[in-house]
Amino acid sequence: MSTVPLETVAADAVPAIEGRAPLRLAMDRLRRDRVAIACAVVILLLVVTALAAPLIAHLTGHDPTTQYRDTGLTPAGLPVGPNRQFWFGTDNLGRDVFIRVVYGTRISLLVGVVSTVLAIVAGVVVGVTAGYFQGAVDTVLARFMDVVLSLPFLLFAIALVAVAGPSIVVSVCVIAFFSFAAVGRIVRGQTLSIREREYIEAARSLGASDLRIMAVDVVPNLIAPVIVYTTLLIPTAIVFEATLSFLGMGVVPPTPTWGNMLSDSLQYYQVAWWFILFPGLALLITTLAFNLLGDSVRDALDPSTFTSASVKSRS
Amino acid sequence: MTDNEVLLQAIDVVKHFAVRRRGPHVRAVDGVSLTVHSGETVGLVGETGCGKSTLARCIARLYELSSGRVVFEGRDITRLSRRRLAPVRRNLQMIFQDPYGSLNPRRRVGSIIGDPLAIHDVADGRDRRRRVQELMELVGLNPEHYNRYPAEFSGGQRQRIGVARAVALRPRLIVCDEPVSALDVSIQAQIINLLDDLKDQLGIAYVFISHDLSVVRHVSDRVAVMYLGQIVETAAAEDLYARPRHPYTVALLSATPVADPDLADRRTPILLTGDVPSPVDPPSGCRFHPRCPKARERCRIEAPALESRTPGEDTHLTACHFPVHDPAELMAS
Ligand SMILES: Nc1ncnc2c1ncn2[C@@H]1O[C@H](COP(=O)(O)OP(=O)(O)OP(=O)(O)O)[C@@H](O)[C@H]1O
Ligand code: SF4
Ligand SMILES: [Mg+2]
Repeated sequence: MSTVPLETVAADAVPAIEGRAPLRLAMDRLRRDRVAIACAVVILLLVVTALAAPLIAHLTGHDPTTQYRDTGLTPAGLPVGPNRQFWFGTDNLGRDVFIRVVYGTRISLLVGVVSTVLAIVAGVVVGVTAGYFQGAVDTVLARFMDVVLSLPFLLFAIALVAVAGPSIVVSVCVIAFFSFAAVGRIVRGQTLSIREREYIEAARSLGASDLRIMAVDVVPNLIAPVIVYTTLLIPTAIVFEATLSFLGMGVVPPTPTWGNMLSDSLQYYQVAWWFILFPGLALLITTLAFNLLGDSVRDALDPSTFTSASVKSRS
Repeated sequence: MTDNEVLLQAIDVVKHFAVRRRGPHVRAVDGVSLTVHSGETVGLVGETGCGKSTLARCIARLYELSSGRVVFEGRDITRLSRRRLAPVRRNLQMIFQDPYGSLNPRRRVGSIIGDPLAIHDVADGRDRRRRVQELMELVGLNPEHYNRYPAEFSGGQRQRIGVARAVALRPRLIVCDEPVSALDVSIQAQIINLLDDLKDQLGIAYVFISHDLSVVRHVSDRVAVMYLGQIVETAAAEDLYARPRHPYTVALLSATPVADPDLADRRTPILLTGDVPSPVDPPSGCRFHPRCPKARERCRIEAPALESRTPGEDTHLTACHFPVHDPAELMAS
């Protein structure tokens, strides 16, 4: 095979970007992207914080729910500002804001990741099924996703929580339900084009079942959009959870979450800036890190947005 | 090389596509009958759009037929459900034209070639890996490239991957839909030789599709020429190339380059005038009549049957009222 025709070389060049170990190429690009590296480091720190929360609490000797009425409140009963004992100050009940923010990381990441995974799985299953089978199945599923997407989700989320009662499980389910349709629609569109490829017909000519074709030939081609969507859905889910908690519809107090801390702080922010600042900052940094990483991942996976200009501006 | 057992019979196969819900259909394949004996290669030739791929997909039961029947190994498979069809596919495989499109870019070639073994529960795990590597060797690929992605191969190598996948189960018939058309000429010969070797080694029969008569010539025992959804002439390969009877075949042959300079001198290409008519609304009578240099009044009215037109040539069938006996008569006109 020494004489490779010109056409072959040209045609080879195109799929090479997305075809040849596509994820490895994307990883190479990400490694050269400083913003992505920084975001990954931040996210790693967040994960470590969440996992090590009991250890951190142990080291500081503080508990997230204990009310330190003697040391954590002024004689007038107001929160104490940041000091050596309470690094981020205390809240209106004399609890340690630092430890509560640390513990809030657990809820945020847990809800963010679990509801995103659920949404992705549901979105891929529904989207692939609709796009692969087309016809009546597609009509029903696509309409359903359109309906979910057009619902005023916060209103419905609140209504659902009001019926089911607030809890972490309900929060996760509600968030996943209102996120899966966006994934499902993207996946359905991709599946519609994938199923027309000749390799799908080849699989059929081999006698493969529909289930096998979907699992073996369709889904692997969805990895790129799924990765991008995962990194972009997590921060949305985290904000969603914070919003529910803020409204008292999420995780039940006294379990600390950034959302219910922000909600509690509203009445005190004039006298205790630390009370609102630190949970707010934690939420901001987390969502920013995931969003920026998501953008970088998308750029790295999508060769069409990958230009030398974008490399330069990033590095 | 050919024993006389009939392997595949396509009987009056019709495939129409509804382009819009109401309105005319595309008559892609319009009454084709074709027989393939075991171990035999049948070449199927015709211009682009004449329905070769559609016929191939009907034979491989990737399409539901509009009408007609497909009989494989003596069994009518026309209406078999996909599940019932699966075991039939062990003996009836297909190779596709596009070596890029027919391989999933996200899967490693080892897994692609192992697909038929996995689907039909033939081999698992290390056994499968070993058999896939044997297959890679058989088709001239480096077995160490087991874990590579299709994009890491050239067009010719990719077509070898497609061939390995098709022969994995040792099928009795492979429908090859223009297996070399997308390849460079030097590589075309390699793939054709490979298919020929496999035929000798494994006793596979082929339906070999091409738009190029010269490609089909070397591999085929019999050749069928297709025009606008129908077979216009079929004969043993040597017979067809030596004594083409249908004006369309004569025209096609005159346009294909020949290596022999003597022959080339004697042949001036017969230029077919006009475009291929649309299969949505094919011409009346003989479908070739608007472009046929020999067309007469009768051709416009009466469709010629595909039958023997010369006494003693029982296997040479021509669908023409006025078959050609001396190609020179066409060139003169
Ligand atoms: N799915 C389809 N829907 C509608 N029309 C189709 C479809 N597939 C093929 N056709 C039409 O049927 C006719 C025959 O197509 P087919 O692909 O079988 O031709 P072909 O001989 O294989 O041509 P080529 O040499 O270009 O591959 C063409 O006019 C084509 O436009
Ligand atoms: S039947 Fe008439 S039009 Fe058709 S090929 Fe023969 S001579 Fe030409
Ligand atoms: Mg074709």
